[in-house]
Amino acid sequence: MSNKILVFVEQRNGEIKKSSLEAVKAGSLFAEQLGISSEAVVIGNEITNFNSISNYGISNVTHLKSADLALYSTTGYSQALSEYAKGTNADILFFANSSMAKDLAPHIAIQLDASLAMDCVELNIQNGEIIATRPVYAGKALAEIRLTKSTKIYTIRPNTFPLGEGNGKNTEVKIKEILNVNLSTKVTELKQNNDKIDVAEASIIVSGGRGLQAPENFAMLEELAKLLNAAVGASRAAVDAGWRPHGDQVGQTGKTVSPNLYIAVGISGAIQHLAGMRSSKYIVAINKDPEAPIFAAADYGIAGDAFEIVPKLIEELKK
Amino acid sequence: MKIVVCVSHVPDSAAKINIGADEKNIDKNGVSFILNPYDEFALEEALKIKDSIGADVVLVSVGGDEVKETIRKGLAMGADSGILLKTNAYRDSISTAKLIAEEIKLQGANLVFLGKQSIDGDNGVVGQLVAEILGFNSVSVAVSFNLNGDKIVAEREIEGGREVVETSLPAVITAQKGLNDPRYASLKGIMAAKKKVIDEKEVTVSEIGVELIKLKKPAQKQAGKILGKDSSAVPELVRLLKEEAKVI
Ligand SMILES: Cc1cc2nc3c(=O)[nH]c(=O)nc-3n(C[C@H](O)[C@H](O)[C@H](O)COP(=O)(O)OP(=O)(O)OC[C@H]3O[C@@H](n4cnc5c(N)ncnc54)[C@H](O)[C@@H]3O)c2cc1C
Ligand SMILES: Nc1ncnc2c1ncn2[C@@H]1O[C@H](COP(=O)(O)O)[C@@H](O)[C@H]1O
Repeated sequence: MSNKILVFVEQRNGEIKKSSLEAVKAGSLFAEQLGISSEAVVIGNEITNFNSISNYGISNVTHLKSADLALYSTTGYSQALSEYAKGTNADILFFANSSMAKDLAPHIAIQLDASLAMDCVELNIQNGEIIATRPVYAGKALAEIRLTKSTKIYTIRPNTFPLGEGNGKNTEVKIKEILNVNLSTKVTELKQNNDKIDVAEASIIVSGGRGLQAPENFAMLEELAKLLNAAVGASRAAVDAGWRPHGDQVGQTGKTVSPNLYIAVGISGAIQHLAGMRSSKYIVAINKDPEAPIFAAADYGIAGDAFEIVPKLIEELKK
Repeated sequence: MKIVVCVSHVPDSAAKINIGADEKNIDKNGVSFILNPYDEFALEEALKIKDSIGADVVLVSVGGDEVKETIRKGLAMGADSGILLKTNAYRDSISTAKLIAEEIKLQGANLVFLGKQSIDGDNGVVGQLVAEILGFNSVSVAVSFNLNGDKIVAEREIEGGREVVETSLPAVITAQKGLNDPRYASLKGIMAAKKKVIDEKEVTVSEIGVELIKLKKPAQKQAGKILGKDSSAVPELVRLLKEEAKVI
């Protein structure tokens, strides 16, 4: 029998991340179903606004605070979090499956002697315990697993528990100052790609491939993305050609994404590309070859020339 | 200096994956196996250090006899020797990490490279687990790495940017694409690899914390609708996205 769900809430630059709020929502949902309590913990220094946390169902929120924790540190964050988890007797931990969690969760698993389930795309309760489903072999198969140690850690793929409306509750935060932060590994600088939305976090992605023929033709995808508040992604062919940075690459050796809407333009749909985006809720394919494998993965397709269709799509959305 | 590089033996990224009758393993018939692509970046980084300041590069892999094929590939690229921690038992990431950590201790290595992720289980955790078990520092998903004495400055890829990380040896680094351009095995390298030693050690897997209930295929999507062949289909597409999918 489990005791308590603790949700790790991630901030960057003092702002709470949306994917963490999804984990908060999942945490409160599962705590309720299991009949146990839930709480949330944020690690950082100055935090702009906590309000969204209780809004998604968890009212017990603690901020582990130190100037040394403003930026991520594997050693500092893992020490603060596992000590907190021990002190509060939490035996189920939820994280959003972000870059930070992917680094942090395995360290915590050793520190707490816990079982670990990364990148879950489904959580269900059977016989009073959580059964997790996670993609393996780049999403070509799914593994259904059960964590058997008494402490269990789950990281949840973004967009698995869509946020929806909050309950409007205000968050009251308890502050716990953290002293003696272990900084043997520490981030000294954050290099951000200006204000671009990252493909791993976007709810809509417009992606281009070799079919776009030249880097300057991505301008029309940028324009389309702007209208949809979307991120721009790319196939490996477009990245290898030097048209787009590697951070934009979607697929097996790029990023795994699961937005609500993925628009693939001039992308054939190679198995390694599908690996990174097949779990998107809706997929649109624009490709002049009606036989392109991307159409088999798509919900809607237009089998025509991108240079005709994308401008028309922009025009239509501006209406 | 001794550097350990961990390599895993995985199905080719283009392989079709079928699930075996036991629902616990994949059907390996007709599947070709490769050195995990991220582990090539890990090995290249170790070889670069060997080339510049000299190092003994030891490959470590956990698995059955078939894994020797992958170790040979790493030897052909330029690693000095290989160790197979031999077991066919079911493992979770933590049990794999414990076996690897034990071997690193025996080797006395204070720098370890792994891939950021093995493209079979897609967990992306073994490096961080090994580091924590050994009490080493760690940087995961590294896209740049610099060693100066025992000081490390690395960059790791995160959403929308990079983090610059400072730490020191002993350390475990996991490699992301972009860290370097892995070399190809030369003919000479392939010949030399045949003479290099692979030390086989039988190992037993400790306690398992993850029970695999079953593997299954993802739900097959219904074939999508092709709405048309030119821009006249665009208004219908926008309508469907708004009214049926409700995503814009
Ligand atoms: C180990 C490994 C890892 C890989 N990892 C990845 C990965 O992470 N991500 C990834 O994407 N790939 C990956 N690949 C590569 C993958 O196999 C494909 O080569 C790649 O996805 C092809 O990119 P593409 O679809 O842009 O190009 P192509 O396959 O060349 O397709 C271009 C498409 O554009 C269409 N087209 C051309 N002109 C137009 C036009 N005017 N209008 C509309 N459509 C047009 C064509 O019909 C064609 O279908 C990997 C491969 C390997 C071996
Ligand atoms: N069986 C194994 N033997 C040796 N190294 C492994 C093994 N499994 C994973 N690794 C290493 O750990 C990295 C991350 O793997 P994973 O956490 O399984 O995704 C891989 O890129 C390898 O470097």
